[in-house]
Amino acid sequence: MSNEQRKTPLHDAHLELGAKMMDFAGWRLPMQYSGIREEHLAVRRAVGLFDVSHMGEILVSGPGAFDFLDYLLTRNMSGVQSGRALYSAMCNERGGTVDDLIVYPLSEDRYLLVVNAANTATDLAHIQLVAKTWAAAEKPLPQVEDRSADYAQLALQGPNAEDLLFPIIPEVSRLRPFRFLQPDSAPDWLVSRTGYTGEDGFEIYLPPAQAHDLWQKLLEAGAVPAGLGARDTLRLEAALPLYGHELSPDISPLDAGLERFVFSAKPQPGFVGQEALATAGQSRKLIGLKALGRTIPRQGYPLIQSGKPIGTVTSGGYSPTLERGIALASVEATTVIDGSVLVRIRDKDEPFEVCSLPFVKRG
Amino acid sequence: MAIVKEDLLYTRSHEWVRFADGLATIGITDYARNELGELVFAEAVSPGRRVVPGQAVGAIESVKVAADILSPLTGEIVESRTEIDNELDQLTEDPYAVWFVVIRPDHLSELDSLMDAAAYEAFCDSEG
Repeated sequence: MSNEQRKTPLHDAHLELGAKMMDFAGWRLPMQYSGIREEHLAVRRAVGLFDVSHMGEILVSGPGAFDFLDYLLTRNMSGVQSGRALYSAMCNERGGTVDDLIVYPLSEDRYLLVVNAANTATDLAHIQLVAKTWAAAEKPLPQVEDRSADYAQLALQGPNAEDLLFPIIPEVSRLRPFRFLQPDSAPDWLVSRTGYTGEDGFEIYLPPAQAHDLWQKLLEAGAVPAGLGARDTLRLEAALPLYGHELSPDISPLDAGLERFVFSAKPQPGFVGQEALATAGQSRKLIGLKALGRTIPRQGYPLIQSGKPIGTVTSGGYSPTLERGIALASVEATTVIDGSVLVRIRDKDEPFEVCSLPFVKRG
Repeated sequence: MAIVKEDLLYTRSHEWVRFADGLATIGITDYARNELGELVFAEAVSPGRRVVPGQAVGAIESVKVAADILSPLTGEIVESRTEIDNELDQLTEDPYAVWFVVIRPDHLSELDSLMDAAAYEAFCDSEG
């Protein structure tokens, strides 16, 4: 089994650190090193380092690449200036979510899409299919390439991230959130002030052969190695959606609370799924729940009000920061919950309070 | 390597069973504890409940995951550790010292389907 899994350039480094490894999206990746709680708190209070080389990279290029992406992606792409990293969803014709991703405009006609590892193949097929219909409408056919093998990715996350990265890449001190740059000293790297933890931090895309050196330097500078376990608890506290939980081919970005990234009035030709989204509107919403007791909600558990199921937990778990169970749950958009709701956990209805999102704010 | 105790019986879902004086005491193995990671919640089903093999007699949660403690036997829960959620440190320290429930089995023959220490050790190895 495990020998069929792909390995990142840091695989041996993880084993040397004593990581507990797991299979994820076809990759062999570290679940944890010292422990999820410790790694999680290191990111919240200082700085943690993640190997996220499994993420997929797709390059869309050629004349008209911008217009094509504007058609492919849900967000407002106008006013995009080079140096901005853009979060967006990508929909099917039914308005369901094919994937959520970040777009890096490398130049006027070259765009790097960073997608979920588990979706890379599906995304490529989807994009190529959309490109065909695009070309059939006598638009220039963009070039779509899987460039995942060209990039390793490290995520340096936490309030001290800038201090650690500055000696290696001085330009990061003037890099604002959701901006990226290609360092003078390493023009083939892409350094982005983004992340998936709710903290300040950077995502660094670089050639796989150079990943170990940077990994080692950042660990020596004091970054705490952190695994997928902490990545999940951190993103849940930050209420960031995870594909397969909050998003799926049957869940629209509107129903997952991503309306800020959907330009519903996009002018002709609009975007793939726009009509379906306009017809369906927002039928569901995500709410945040905090356990009043000690039990922990998990994906799929039903929400109960007045004895009836009113929704489902999409992501749940233990919050190391709040030291109790938290959950994102999907309910009908019209549902009104005053104060508290029950979650059915192993045949018992446990009380939860509805809370504002994110569960944990930066700093 | 996970610790396996000689005098116990084991399930494929990583519970240990201590059988003495007609009663079966049930807990989780060291292997299970390792797999779960940092424990954050535990509970045991109240006494008086009748259970069949595969039915939950308790639950344990780690930061990572939730897992049920499954009864390997048909019978009645005669005692349960209601305060187990306050004993996560002890459970982490030595999972063989902290039991979840005591079951009075209806059919002693059901014990024959459980693994002894050697078989369980081999089973854990095969699980990787």
